[in-house]
Amino acid sequence: MSEILHLQSVSRRFGGLQALRDVSLNVKKGEVIGLIGPNGAGKTTLVNVVTGVTPATAGTVTFDGQDITRVKTYRSARLGLSRTFQIVQPFAQFSALDNVAAAALFSQPGEGLKAAREEARRHLTFVGLEAQSGQQAATLTLAMRKRLELAKALAMRPKLLFLDEVNAGLNSAEVERATELIHQLAADGITIVMIEHLMKVVLNVCSRIVVLHNGQLIADGQPRDVMTNPAVIEAYLGQQYAQRIGAHG
Amino acid sequence: MTRANLILLALIACIAALPLFGEAYTLRLGTIACMYAIMALSWNVVGGFAGYPSFATAAFFGLGAYIGGVLLARGMPLTMAIPIAGIGSFLVAALLGAALLRLRGHYFAIASLSLIEVFRELVNNATDLTGGGMGLNIPLAASAGVMADATFFFYLMWGVLLVTAVMVIAVSMSKLGFGLSCIMQNETAANMVGLNTTLYKSIAFGLSACFVGAAGGVYAAWVHYIDPSDVFDILYSVKPIVMALIGGLGSPLGVTIGAFVYLGLEEVVWRNYIQIHSGVLGVLIVLLLLFLPHGLTSLRGWRLWGRAKNV
Amino acid sequence: MLAAQILINALVLGCLYACIAIGFSLVWGVLNVINLIHGSFIVLGAYLAWGLYQGLHISPWYSLAVAAPLFFVFGYVIQRLILNRVITAPVLVTLTLTFGLDLILNNAMIYYFKADYRKLTLTPPMGSVSIFDVVVPVDRLIATVAALALTFVLYLILRRLRVGRAIVAVRLDRDAAVLMGVNVNSIYAIAFGLGAALAGCAGVLMALIFPISPLTSTAYLGKAFVVCVLGGLGSVSGALAGGILLALIEGVGSAMIGPAHATTLSFVLLIVFLILRPQGLLGRKGFE
Repeated sequence: MSEILHLQSVSRRFGGLQALRDVSLNVKKGEVIGLIGPNGAGKTTLVNVVTGVTPATAGTVTFDGQDITRVKTYRSARLGLSRTFQIVQPFAQFSALDNVAAAALFSQPGEGLKAAREEARRHLTFVGLEAQSGQQAATLTLAMRKRLELAKALAMRPKLLFLDEVNAGLNSAEVERATELIHQLAADGITIVMIEHLMKVVLNVCSRIVVLHNGQLIADGQPRDVMTNPAVIEAYLGQQYAQRIGAHG
Repeated sequence: MTRANLILLALIACIAALPLFGEAYTLRLGTIACMYAIMALSWNVVGGFAGYPSFATAAFFGLGAYIGGVLLARGMPLTMAIPIAGIGSFLVAALLGAALLRLRGHYFAIASLSLIEVFRELVNNATDLTGGGMGLNIPLAASAGVMADATFFFYLMWGVLLVTAVMVIAVSMSKLGFGLSCIMQNETAANMVGLNTTLYKSIAFGLSACFVGAAGGVYAAWVHYIDPSDVFDILYSVKPIVMALIGGLGSPLGVTIGAFVYLGLEEVVWRNYIQIHSGVLGVLIVLLLLFLPHGLTSLRGWRLWGRAKNV
Repeated sequence: MLAAQILINALVLGCLYACIAIGFSLVWGVLNVINLIHGSFIVLGAYLAWGLYQGLHISPWYSLAVAAPLFFVFGYVIQRLILNRVITAPVLVTLTLTFGLDLILNNAMIYYFKADYRKLTLTPPMGSVSIFDVVVPVDRLIATVAALALTFVLYLILRRLRVGRAIVAVRLDRDAAVLMGVNVNSIYAIAFGLGAALAGCAGVLMALIFPISPLTSTAYLGKAFVVCVLGGLGSVSGALAGGILLALIEGVGSAMIGPAHATTLSFVLLIVFLILRPQGLLGRKGFE
């Protein structure tokens, strides 16, 4: 398996706050990686740095062989990097269809609006929103908006997809549904990095777990190993949870 | 093409018949009506489609007036001077736009507002080229009498209006228009889906300046004398906004109707309250913003004119 | 001209500029409204000083005490009755609204006072004072001290008085302020009233130095803009820094490339700052 994303000693500082500290990470094609850690650890900042929303203050980011450290957001989107937002960011006045069509239209050069809308329909069907395609995005429920966000990300035909807490605010049935979709995406060969607090989802879907704490990478490896890593337990999981997991083997 | 846009084109076509019905004064009003409509439609591209509240209209009106005026004073024919005024305005706006449109909300409004000031002072100081504060005299186009003159300039301004309307309609139906709408709703998301927002905004800003500049050139040729405080007047920036607010932001037909309604009001007020006409304009603006913020097109029954975007 | 003279002139003028801008900055920072009436408030204040002096021989220094409460009430009422209805609307609406209000006020002033330039000349004149070859007119000097005093008063209000802390709270985080029990609508009106009072008082001081006419309102407004952008919104010290910087650049620029270009220079600077450093020299959140 070849490498698709490589972070080398990436740091990001906001004034006095060191949000990311010397983070190095290798992502191989087709992996499904869980990015976990306490709030404020720098997980979303990491995604922002890779996608060009905020520039790295040090280090390099290489995507599919290209150096994208200084590349603008819209360009990285066109190169095959896609993400969802923790707080969903739809085009509120547009219909669900046009939301996804926008993603298809602008990420692929040379595509027309008509073709984009047709492609959008397929993606909406995939996430189960075809009944809502004519509805205004602002009127959708949170769960639907999260799925819309996912459909948009997919319409960009990503090689690497960042999912930022897709499950926040969803009930267990909705979480199950979202997890199924993610399984499907992984089966289709898309590399996925998911920021997630729900450990059961992470353990269900991810082949590898990466842990951030205070901007630093403190663990990176197989779920079994990471979950029993004392530093991870200390920083994030907590003794009770670790014992529970240990009891179930 | 939407029904509203068709109605717009029909409306503009009807106006072309004005010379059949009026004498010189009516034609003069008609010329100003066309000019106002050009300004409102152009402003709508950056203010209504993209959602960036530009106060720069006067800056480019003045720029176009001076580009056209100076070229005409040097002997260039009208058919070349006007397009050059337009293209020049487009280029200046697109270049400045790349820098200015990175600003959001208030800061962008102020920056665009200050452009008026900066351009005015630059023109004022370039006395050799522009005549500075003493103004610029523009040679009369070969005139064959008052009526022929009035008719000529009416059709010239009307021509610019037609091109402006066609441009605006074309943009609203194109990928550019779709992109501008994305930018207006959520600029961060627009960037995320691969839209080059800087490029799109610059083009929109350029288009909003282009025809206003051409109209400025026509204005210069029409009135034969311009000076900096005359054409770089902040009112030329505020009036299109008021027109757009009257008619309904976002809708080309709406802002055009707004322009005509505004002109009607202005004429009535000017004739009856000349000493306090700017005060009355102020009252109109205040009442409009307090009680009808979404414009006339938000009133029921006006729905067929096309959906107005929210302020 | 002697470098020291240019410097002193700039300091004196800079404090006056700061005084002009401070009310504008307060309203912009707290209500997020760009108040285009500000220039006309200043001119109206100047007329007040002029009228009181011509008619009742009340010295401008005492007129300050009259102007402050009068303008405070005027501003409070305008905000409460008119501006507050659109306070949550985007900048397009609020800017155009204040523009409309300014048209009304300015037109009224032209109608009643006529556009002719008037001058408030103190009798007997106060003369000037000379220190090491640097000449400063006494009235200008006292005006500068008064301007500094006004800004200091605002600083104290915001730092010490309960209502002042409430204003800062609203500026920092409106929603949190509501949760803390702050009556935001009332604070908006008070802040606007304060801004108007400061403008009126600035106008009283300006009457001593500059000619008075409704036509000058845009010039004052323009200065206020530039000072706010240069110095940064959200601080008294920012207004001072911006005012002095502007006066310095105008003074030096005037000496080097002539006074005609000084205004252009200030606006070009405005645009440059907006592009490169929109928060200004000292801009930060919270008004202190």
